[in-house]
Amino acid sequence: MQMAKVLVVTSGKGGVGKTTSAAALGAALAQTGLKVAVVDFDVGLRNLDLVMGAERRVVFDLINVIQGDAKLAQALIRDKRVESLHLLAASQTRDKDALTPEGVARVMGELRDKFDWVICDSPAGIERGATLAMRHADQAVVVTNPEVSSVRDSDRIIGLLDSKTERAEKGERMPKHLLLTRYDTGRASRGDMLKTEDVLEILSIPLLGIIPESQDVLRASNLGAPVTLNDPASAPARAYSDAARRLLGEEVPMVIPEPKRNLVQRLFGRRVA
Amino acid sequence: MRLLDFFLARRGSAPVARERLQIVLAHERALSGASGELVRLLQEEILAVVARHMRIERDMVHIKLERGASISTLEIDIQMPATTAPAH
Repeated sequence: MQMAKVLVVTSGKGGVGKTTSAAALGAALAQTGLKVAVVDFDVGLRNLDLVMGAERRVVFDLINVIQGDAKLAQALIRDKRVESLHLLAASQTRDKDALTPEGVARVMGELRDKFDWVICDSPAGIERGATLAMRHADQAVVVTNPEVSSVRDSDRIIGLLDSKTERAEKGERMPKHLLLTRYDTGRASRGDMLKTEDVLEILSIPLLGIIPESQDVLRASNLGAPVTLNDPASAPARAYSDAARRLLGEEVPMVIPEPKRNLVQRLFGRRVA
Repeated sequence: MRLLDFFLARRGSAPVARERLQIVLAHERALSGASGELVRLLQEEILAVVARHMRIERDMVHIKLERGASISTLEIDIQMPATTAPAH
């Protein structure tokens, strides 16, 4: 069996859409029939279970597996919508020190044997949780909002990806992809938001996708479904699906799907939040 | 001034964001990675040289490396003790 690809979804800054992106990309990859595990590394502040609608099905978590209280198979939660999609939740009650480098290495090794893709949803910050989430990755998705603090933090995270990961320490290249989220084409064209080219020039890593700012993202998380499963025709879902196809090596033209607007919004030329 | 503000507002705030980011990141990148290592090494070696000739504390040597587009500067700031007593 082919060994899994390990992908870390990271950003440095909080609230930019890491968990949303990890869930959406994981679901889109799983829909192609690939076996996918999405792993929440945000110990103490878990949310991936909620975003994926599995919060009431969590019995064992990553820390239980690390400490040997549960087997990996017992802790993996199979998605009810897509059969090949699995979730490994973070612990909500434990402290992040329970995440040990040796434990994470062992669990990642087991996950690699079982899955085609392992997606590590990193916590915000640059502390232990974030560095362990990226530690074993083969590639990284850097989630960035077109906004100064997010771009600065992404730059910092790119530096860590190039120095603190297993790959970097072996002197190997760490492929990184930029996922620009909460993008508002109108505001960017009026000069009130950093343009895609600005962010690309500053961070100089290749673009994986542009996810438009959309109420569909909030709606999907309210309902507990990855946005790619909740409303596959919506603008963010199409953007995430395209990004997932690019991860699989397909050439997909880079278009920014436009959110649907009603007549009033069209007349006033902007969306009402 | 009002007129200038008006034109700045029309141009949008994104170009300002872009410029500020480019400056701050150029500075932060210089402090981490390979150049950060260089600064640390320089600090250690300069400290050792100076300590051979006078009593000096670690925090009295400050080194700053700034890389600009056309010119880079290495700034070495050594605070001398009030009385420059020989080390031995």
